[in-house]
Amino acid sequence: MSLATRTASDAVTASLTGKSKDRDVRSMVFLGALWFSLFFGVVVLLALIIDTAIAGAPRFDLQLFTEYESRINRDGTGFRAGILGSVWLMATTALMAIPLGIGAAVYLEEFADKKSRVARIIEINLQNLAAVPSIIYGMLAVAIMGLLGYVYKGIVLGGAFALALLILPVVIITTREAIRAVPSDIRHGSLALGATVWQTTWRNTLPSAVPGIATGTILGLSRAIGEAAPLLILGLATVRDDPTGIESKVTALPIQIYNLSAMSQLEYQVAASAAIIVLLVLILGMNALAIFIRNKFQRSW
Amino acid sequence: MAPSATVAGPPPSGAGLPASPPDLSPRPRPGETLIKLSLALSAGLSVLITFGIIAAVLGPALSFFDQVPIGDFFSLHDQGGRGVRAAVIPLLIGTFLTTVIALALAVPLGLGAAMYLSEYASPRARKWLKPTVELLAGVPSVVYGFFALFFITPVVLQGWLGLEVNFTNSWAAGLVLGVMIIPTIASRSEDALSAVPQALRQGSLAMGANRMQTTLRVVLPAALSGVAAAIVLGLSRAVGETMIVTMAGGAVKNNSLDPSEPHMTMTAFIAITAQGENPVGSADYNMLFAVGLLLFVVTFVINAISIAIVRRFRQAY
Repeated sequence: MSLATRTASDAVTASLTGKSKDRDVRSMVFLGALWFSLFFGVVVLLALIIDTAIAGAPRFDLQLFTEYESRINRDGTGFRAGILGSVWLMATTALMAIPLGIGAAVYLEEFADKKSRVARIIEINLQNLAAVPSIIYGMLAVAIMGLLGYVYKGIVLGGAFALALLILPVVIITTREAIRAVPSDIRHGSLALGATVWQTTWRNTLPSAVPGIATGTILGLSRAIGEAAPLLILGLATVRDDPTGIESKVTALPIQIYNLSAMSQLEYQVAASAAIIVLLVLILGMNALAIFIRNKFQRSW
Repeated sequence: MAPSATVAGPPPSGAGLPASPPDLSPRPRPGETLIKLSLALSAGLSVLITFGIIAAVLGPALSFFDQVPIGDFFSLHDQGGRGVRAAVIPLLIGTFLTTVIALALAVPLGLGAAMYLSEYASPRARKWLKPTVELLAGVPSVVYGFFALFFITPVVLQGWLGLEVNFTNSWAAGLVLGVMIIPTIASRSEDALSAVPQALRQGSLAMGANRMQTTLRVVLPAALSGVAAAIVLGLSRAVGETMIVTMAGGAVKNNSLDPSEPHMTMTAFIAITAQGENPVGSADYNMLFAVGLLLFVVTFVINAISIAIVRRFRQAY
């Protein structure tokens, strides 16, 4: 729909919304139900944040970040290993998933013949992969680590394999959407001046698609940072050490929260609540950044 | 470039005849061929992942069925005396219970939110409300599990509602699972509803219908395939979700259909068994992959249905 028809149709709709007939009882009840549906989730989210923040309030201290998990000093147990582990896992995951994901998306959008059977199969396959349960990716990572000859699989490399494979379909799908949103006029202009398809992609299409790609990638990573299930399959357990390389034993913030929630001592639940707030701040911050980039930098052509 | 253009002086032989056509074929760019190849490889990797998943799960699952008769696997009760507690039907019952509760909560609320966003909210409001709803999908499942375990069960179910529920139960797990899939259903349904052309709405309003009638009788039926696909996708999320049901749903195989009792689901079984010290290759270890295979097949079929719904019944306006 062109801008002109859209504006025109909006103008028509404005005078034709049927608002004058919306005042009978059933309509009001219906609208109330819609409001309720919309705000139910938000209210639950608020309840979750407030309840957890109150429960974790006694532990918003520096030890939460600087100490390892402790069986002796329960009041001072900290999440240093989990936070550092999550940072390592995220960095390694990003290094694996982002180049692969962008590469695959660029190929599918700019090089592949979109009507070919192979392209259709890849398309359906991607939709399917995006909905495969995360725990299954843990099993795939176990198999890959087995093939690479690792006996103990709870290391940075194993966790990053699981998380990278998990977010790869998300990264590919959002990157493709971002590339598709760049108008073909820009490509045609570049190609008409004699640039090759790759030069066009690298110098024109990709730079224009960067905000969309960044948004999708950040959302993918924010999903990975909260994942625990595939890491459980890999056997990530309690670690009291800083990771030093991709072969270090590692734990992650969600894994530590899960382990502490299974303990009966109240101190651990308080510490877990505080850690949840840390994790939520991280994730909500990443989401906010993604939305900000989308709203601020996305050009409408 | 044709030589005739560069040589000065007397006209070369052949002058006046049409010049040999300039060579316009692209010059070879080995670097670009390499780039294209590596891009194609990364695209092909996505197909490889699917095969990798099947191979990774199928191998141990097949050796499990060598070790344990298939009848023991698809049975209601664990067969005593054989070592492996292989019955999978109780796990299916657990998954079924939590999924039904989750959908019963998430389908009406997700659809309601989608209808509000698409039909009632101003574009300005939608720009902020939709990401807010989608934020719910960004909360990690381990956080939802913690919330179900330490807030929904003790405070809401046992406290406010006064229900006699176990410490871990399917009510809490299912309800929180429902909250988690609301954004999936709402966001996808909203896309489908928004794609219905304005002309249909205007036609309905011109006939004297109000907005509620237009939404329910014109827009919703027109977008039904997209809405159905959204619900099916939510269903597959609910079946495959692990941490909520592991933490709040319980760790006992239970054949009863009472959601106030603990039920272990397929995913919870996998997560809990994976933490045990089962030696690689043992029947207990391999059962993990047998259940994983079943889970993969179930979600794969559900996803295929969702994709097929969209492809088959999409209305082209």
